[in-house]
Amino acid sequence: MKTVEEIKAAIEAAVPGAGVEIVQNPGPAAQHSLLLQPEHAVDVAKFLRDDAELALTFLSNVTGVDWPDKEITEKVKVTKMVTKTVDGVEQQVEETVEEPRKRVEPGYLEVVYHLYSMTKKHGPVVLRMRTKNRTDAVELPSMTPVWRSAEFQEREIFDLFGVVFTGHPDLRRILMWEGFKDHPMRRDYVEPDDYDYEPTAHDAVLAKATAHQARIAEQKGAGQ
Amino acid sequence: MSASATRQEGWSKAPAIVDYGEGELLEVSMGPHHPSTHGVFRMDVTLQGEQITKLKPVFGYLHRNHEKLGEGQSYLASMPYTDRLDYICSLTNNWAYALAVEKLVGQEVPERAEYLRVIVGELTRVQNHALSVGFLIQDMGASGTPLMYAFKEREKILDLFESLTGSRMMCNYMRFGGCRVDATPAWLDEVRRVVAGLPKFADEFERLLCTNEILMARTQGVGVLPAELAMSAGVTGPMLRASGVNYDIRKVDHYGIYDRFDFKVPLGSHGDVYDRFMIRLLELRESIKILEQALRDIPDGPVMDPKAKIRNFRPKPGEAYGRIEAPKGELGFYLISDGSGNPYRYRVRPPSFVNLTVLEDMCLGHNVADVVLILGSVDIVLGEVDR
Amino acid sequence: MAVDEQLKIEMGRQGVFVTTLEELYNWGRRSSIWPMNFGLACCAIEMIATTMARYDLARFGAEVFRPSPRQADMMIISGTVTKKMAPQVVRLYNQMAEPRYVIAMGACAISGGPFKQGYNVLKGIDRYIPVDVHIPGCPPRPEALLEAFIALQKKIDAQPLTGEARPRHLDAEAPGEFPVPEPGEHDLEPAANTSVWTVPVVIR
Ligand code: SF4
Repeated sequence: MKTVEEIKAAIEAAVPGAGVEIVQNPGPAAQHSLLLQPEHAVDVAKFLRDDAELALTFLSNVTGVDWPDKEITEKVKVTKMVTKTVDGVEQQVEETVEEPRKRVEPGYLEVVYHLYSMTKKHGPVVLRMRTKNRTDAVELPSMTPVWRSAEFQEREIFDLFGVVFTGHPDLRRILMWEGFKDHPMRRDYVEPDDYDYEPTAHDAVLAKATAHQARIAEQKGAGQ
Repeated sequence: MSASATRQEGWSKAPAIVDYGEGELLEVSMGPHHPSTHGVFRMDVTLQGEQITKLKPVFGYLHRNHEKLGEGQSYLASMPYTDRLDYICSLTNNWAYALAVEKLVGQEVPERAEYLRVIVGELTRVQNHALSVGFLIQDMGASGTPLMYAFKEREKILDLFESLTGSRMMCNYMRFGGCRVDATPAWLDEVRRVVAGLPKFADEFERLLCTNEILMARTQGVGVLPAELAMSAGVTGPMLRASGVNYDIRKVDHYGIYDRFDFKVPLGSHGDVYDRFMIRLLELRESIKILEQALRDIPDGPVMDPKAKIRNFRPKPGEAYGRIEAPKGELGFYLISDGSGNPYRYRVRPPSFVNLTVLEDMCLGHNVADVVLILGSVDIVLGEVDR
Repeated sequence: MAVDEQLKIEMGRQGVFVTTLEELYNWGRRSSIWPMNFGLACCAIEMIATTMARYDLARFGAEVFRPSPRQADMMIISGTVTKKMAPQVVRLYNQMAEPRYVIAMGACAISGGPFKQGYNVLKGIDRYIPVDVHIPGCPPRPEALLEAFIALQKKIDAQPLTGEARPRHLDAEAPGEFPVPEPGEHDLEPAANTSVWTVPVVIR
C-alpha cells in the first residue's frame, strides 16, 4: 500500500487546495494519520473511495475524541523597568526576568476515521478532522453520504461528544434518550451524584465519595 | 454441503412493496422488551398491512458507558470489562483488546500463547455460531429443541473455559504479551476429546435443520443484502461473506498465527437469511479444522513474554487500532495514549452495531414476522451494540 | 393453625392426608412460579442456560417463560438496568398481576456491579421496585439461580395468610402500582422511589 506521504500527494493532485497535513504517530504502531480540512473533506473522501489504486471502500471505525482547553504554563523572558538603588541613588534599571505565563490552548473535538479496502485488502488509512472549538463551532461534514457505515457511529459521536455533522441524513441522539442535555463522553462532563460508595483504591473515586457523603449529611441535616 | 446445494428455486426473489392504495399506516414499537430482540433492543416499525415501509432501530437500553469507564482506569483493568461487551464470546474480545494494546506498545507474544489464543478463540467461534443458529431457529418458532442442541454443545465448551480460566462466561484470560495461565496437558487432552465430538454435532445440527422445508421457505430470499451495500455499510463477519464478499480478517491481516493454518473462507451467493445461516454452519466446520491443526502443533514454552511489563504499565504517547475477526465481524479497539497509566481514549468498534446499519434496508417490503428472522440472522449482542 | 408434624406423619401412614389451607395455598403458589421472558444483559445468557437441559429449571415448576407480564408471576432482573431501561422495567413490573416476585440476578441488578460508575447505569433496581431475592455473582452460575428459586420457594412457604406479615397481595392497603421514573435532562426523575428505598447509612 502507498505510504501516508504518497497518499497525501495523491490527494493534493486530485483535490486542489485540500490542504492535508500529516499527523505523526510516535508510537510503535506507526499508524500515521491525515488531517483534513473540513471544507474539502467530502471531496477527499470521495477520491479515496473511488480511486482505483486506493479503493478505500470500507470505513471501519469512527471515533470521537475530546481535547479540552489546555492550560500551559511556560516561562517567558520579559524585560522590565525596575527601581533599584545603585550607589545610593534610586534609579530606573532595565532588567530581564523570567516570569511564568499562563496561556490557554483552545481545545477542540476530533473525529477519527479508520479506512480499509475490501477489494485490495489493505489499510488502515487514518483520517482526522477537528472542530474549531468545543462550544459553538462544532460542525463537521458528515461522511455518511460517502460511506454508509458512518451513519450510526456519527450519530453516536453527536450524542456523546456533541459534534454536529452537517449533511447527515438523520442526526438524532442514539444511545441516550431524547431530551437528555449533556454530552457524557466529554472530559468535563459531571455525572449525576447518585453513587453510593465503598472504599476503593482510586483517589478520584474517594474524593467523589467524600463529596457525596457530605451532600447526604447536609440533606439529612436540612430535613430535620 | 454448499450453501446453494439445497436451495429451492423461486424463493430468491425479493418481494417488492405492493401498494394497497388507501389504507392506514400502523406504527408498532417492537421492544425493548420483546422476546425476539435478543435483549433490550427496540425497533420502531411502520406497517402498511403486514408489510414494512419503515423501520428505525432504537439503541441505548444497555448503554453501560464502557468507553467512559475505560478512560478512568488502567489498561489492564479494562480487560475484564471487555468480557462483558459481547458476552457470548468473551475470549475473542480479550484477544482484540490485547492485540490493540500490544500494537500500542510493540509487544511480542510467545508461540505457545498464540496457539492457546487460537484454540480458545476458535472454540468461542464454534459456540457462538451454534448459539446464533439456535436462536435464529428459535425465533422462527422452533422453540426449544435446536437451542437445546446448541446449548448442549456450548456447555461442554464452557466447561473447558471454566477449567482453564476459572469462569464460564467472563474469562478475562488474555494479558498484554500472552495469556494469564498455561494449559495443562490434561486440559489439552480434554479439548481434543471435545473437538473430536464436534463434527458429529455439526452433522447432527445440519441434518436437523438444513433441508427442513419450513426453514427453507421462511429464510430463502428473505432479507437480501447486496454486496455493494454491505461493503459501503461496513458490514463484516459472516454477514458480509454471506453476501459474497471475500473478506476475512484472519486471512487479510494474518494476525496472530492464522497464516499457519489451512482453512477456507465460506462465501454465500445470495446474501439472504438462509445464506447467513449456512455460512455460520460452514464456518463452524472450518473452525473445527483450525482447532485440530492447532491442537496438533501446539509447542511447549512460556505463555507470557518474560519481558512484558505488568506493573506500572505506561505506554508511550501514540495511538493504535487493532482488530480481529470476532465471530460477529470485525472487532476493533482504538487506543490513544498520552503517556499515563490510563488510556486517553478507549474506543470499541463493535461489529454488531455497525452491522445493524443495514437492518432497515433488509427489512423493507417484508412481512413483520420476517423482521424477527432478519434481526436474528444479523446475530447481535446488545452488550456490544450499546456498550 | 399449624398441624402437629408427628400427627401428620401418623395420619399419612393411615392414608389420611392432613394439611392446612395456608400450606396448600402456598404449596400451589410456590410450585408453579412462571417467570417472565425478560433478559437484560449477560446474566440473561446464564438464565437461558439454566432453563436448558443441563440445569433444567423445569424441576422447580418454573420452566414456563411467559412473554407477557400479565401471565407472569416472577421477574428475573437478569442484568444491568440502565437509566434508559429503568422506566420500562418498572412499567413491566406494574403490569404484572399479584402475587408477583422479583429476583435481582447478578451484581448489576443489585447495585450496578462493575458498571456502577457509569452515568447511564441504575445503581440497583431496588431503588424503584421491591426485590425478593438477590443473587450475587457476575454472572451468577446457573446453580446460583436455582438456589435463588429455592430461596424464593422457602419464602413463599413461610408466608402466613393473615396478620401483619401477610403477603402484599392479601393486603388491600399495600401499594399495587409503583411510580414510573421519567427520563429528565440530566438524570432520571426521581432518582429513587423513597417508599421502597432509602439511602443506605454507612457505618464506619
Ligand atoms: S452482573 Fe456481570 S454478568 Fe451480570 S449483567 Fe452485570 S456485568 Fe453482566
